[in-house]
Amino acid sequence: MPILNMVETINLALKQEMKKDKKMIVLGEDVGRNGGVFRTTDGLQKLFGEERVVDTPLSEIGIVGSAIGMAVNGLHPVAEIQFSGFLYSPFDQIISHAGRMRTRSKGRFSCPLVIRCPYGGGIRGLELHCESPEAILSHTPGIKVVVPSRPYDAKGLLISAIRDPDPVIFFEPMRIYRAIKEEVPEKEYTIPLGKASIVKEGTDLTVISWGAMMRYTQEALAKTDYKAEIIDLRTISPLDTETIVNSVKKTGRCLIVHEAAKTCGLAAEIIAQINERALLHLEAPVERVTGFDVPYPLYKLEGHYLPDEKRILRAVERVMKF
Amino acid sequence: MSKKVVANFKVEYWQILDANGNVIVGARHAMPLPMPRLSPDQIKELYELMLLTRTFDEKAFHLQRQGRIGTYLPVRGQEASQVGTAYALDKNDWVLPSGRDIGVCITRKLPLHMILQYRGGDERGVRVPEGLNIFPFTIPSSTHIPHCTGVAWASKLQRQKAVTMGYFGDGATSRGDFHEGLNFAGVYKVPVVFVCENNGYAISLPRAKQTAAETIAQRAFAYGFEGIQVDGNDVFAVYSAAKYAVEKARKGKGPTLIECVTYRMADHSTADDASRYRSQKEVAKWAKRDPIDRLGKYMRKNKLLSDKSKKALMEKIKEKVDKAVEEYEKIAPPQPEDLFKYTYAQMPEKLQEQMKELLGE
Ligand SMILES: Cc1ncc(C[n+]2csc(CCOP(=O)(O)OP(=O)(O)O)c2C)c(N)n1
Repeated sequence: MPILNMVETINLALKQEMKKDKKMIVLGEDVGRNGGVFRTTDGLQKLFGEERVVDTPLSEIGIVGSAIGMAVNGLHPVAEIQFSGFLYSPFDQIISHAGRMRTRSKGRFSCPLVIRCPYGGGIRGLELHCESPEAILSHTPGIKVVVPSRPYDAKGLLISAIRDPDPVIFFEPMRIYRAIKEEVPEKEYTIPLGKASIVKEGTDLTVISWGAMMRYTQEALAKTDYKAEIIDLRTISPLDTETIVNSVKKTGRCLIVHEAAKTCGLAAEIIAQINERALLHLEAPVERVTGFDVPYPLYKLEGHYLPDEKRILRAVERVMKF
Repeated sequence: MSKKVVANFKVEYWQILDANGNVIVGARHAMPLPMPRLSPDQIKELYELMLLTRTFDEKAFHLQRQGRIGTYLPVRGQEASQVGTAYALDKNDWVLPSGRDIGVCITRKLPLHMILQYRGGDERGVRVPEGLNIFPFTIPSSTHIPHCTGVAWASKLQRQKAVTMGYFGDGATSRGDFHEGLNFAGVYKVPVVFVCENNGYAISLPRAKQTAAETIAQRAFAYGFEGIQVDGNDVFAVYSAAKYAVEKARKGKGPTLIECVTYRMADHSTADDASRYRSQKEVAKWAKRDPIDRLGKYMRKNKLLSDKSKKALMEKIKEKVDKAVEEYEKIAPPQPEDLFKYTYAQMPEKLQEQMKELLGE
């Protein structure tokens, strides 16, 4: 089996789906000739031509808006937004249209499109290149939100996203684009959307995370003697409440780690779900370690912004010693 | 039944110096374009600012390669477009730069070490000193174009004489913000000059694929004001157009869009590899039209520059740049508290708590 990083598995998934699905189109800034600024679409234009792998003008509303039109009219567009901060301008298209097309047309039209977007920080990035807007999008009805944490999952989840009948935002954590390599089957496979994965079973506490934070959370937990049950959400919306609740019922304690800001971050929703379904099983308040409620800083301060081992371990102790 | 022409426009292209630094003698049907009124000292100053920009640019590139600053967007090739436009402004005028507009900020006297500090991942580098009306570099392309309109509009409503100059690339003109900002500027006839640095590319996308329009300048006419295309590697033409537009704005005669036709000689950024999408031949062709060489040739012909004066100038510039690097590297890193201090005028309780969490209190 080849050993691949996430950039390579995403590239492979796109290639395999394009070969199979003649209606699939890739569009975005620099995705064609240049192969994407991170090379995730490298070689696609050579294989499938300029009509199916399109270098668009610098226009996020143009990219997402026309992808919506294409999706309604029979194509399967996979759009790329170059960095997560540039998703903000097409929010109108995503929220007002992609997420509502099925509802507005009472099922007559649907919007099977994917928006891929590099995401998260920890890369010494420029301003607005390190955003984590998954909670804002999870708040939006009608769209799904996916964040893989490893190369294997990226491939299976992306293929599922492309085949999904509804719009999917697919966030790719840049910090681990090339940092993690693993064996990945050459042949195509899918990982269902909406299903979390229990990456390690345990009985002392449940730890929930996703994306690049998975790696750092696991590394921190490896330094404790607690038997943590570690859950990788993989899909942020819809949330796999069942897996979360079952685990918390078993452990009675829970910690959530995410990079996005705290207020109205996804941890808040997870805590609400736990309160609704497993409150009486809790032995301690659910803890969260998150980014702070401030704009993501330039790189001299990003080490202070990002949840790190120290903050994670302190929170673990709070949960365990309550 | 009848039809008639109801709107007409023509787009001018301004050029004064040819690639060899000779003043172009207008062809028979060409309209005359006079040399801008610039004293010998001003011409020397323009040259110095362009050379300083280039020297700084080269230094910044090396600092990035050594990990001493973060991602950097080189200016090389665009010095005349940046310096020539900014030079036409008065002290109290406003400037809104994009990420690549180092030459603009140098001309407007933003201290060099602050530019390095910003590129070195320290936001204090864009805490622009009092008295300098420069916005922080805008990173999302085009999003500051409506701000340009707003800043100029505020000057107009407050009866201030300041003119606003906003900078962006050819790529930025494809976004809605460009349309909305220019449309407002036309409707409210505000004192703004939009400068589009058409450097041939938006990362890998060539200008011809950015818009089907022949020029970017012509888009101004759709908003009811003038657009001018200039040879962006000819600092005299650039300055003339900018001066014209600034004076017009100051007299209350509304906005102008200036399209500087230039070329990005370097990679898009320190994270880019331009050989994936453009030929060495094309780059070599533009190297012959280098804006600094061109002005240098003119100056030598007019006894404003000699080997000796060039050498002295280079030494002075090098010293300035080295001193800026030294100053930058002496700055103590920002404190973690800095993360929280500027989100609101008054730090809300939740941020005070989060700050304590970070500091481990
Ligand atoms: C809204 C937005 N989308 C994408 C990007 C990523 N990006 C950075 S620079 C650039 C190209 C900009 O081209 P242009 O406007 O021509 O300016 P230039 O870089 O050539 O100076 C792109 C796509 C961005 N900064 N902002």
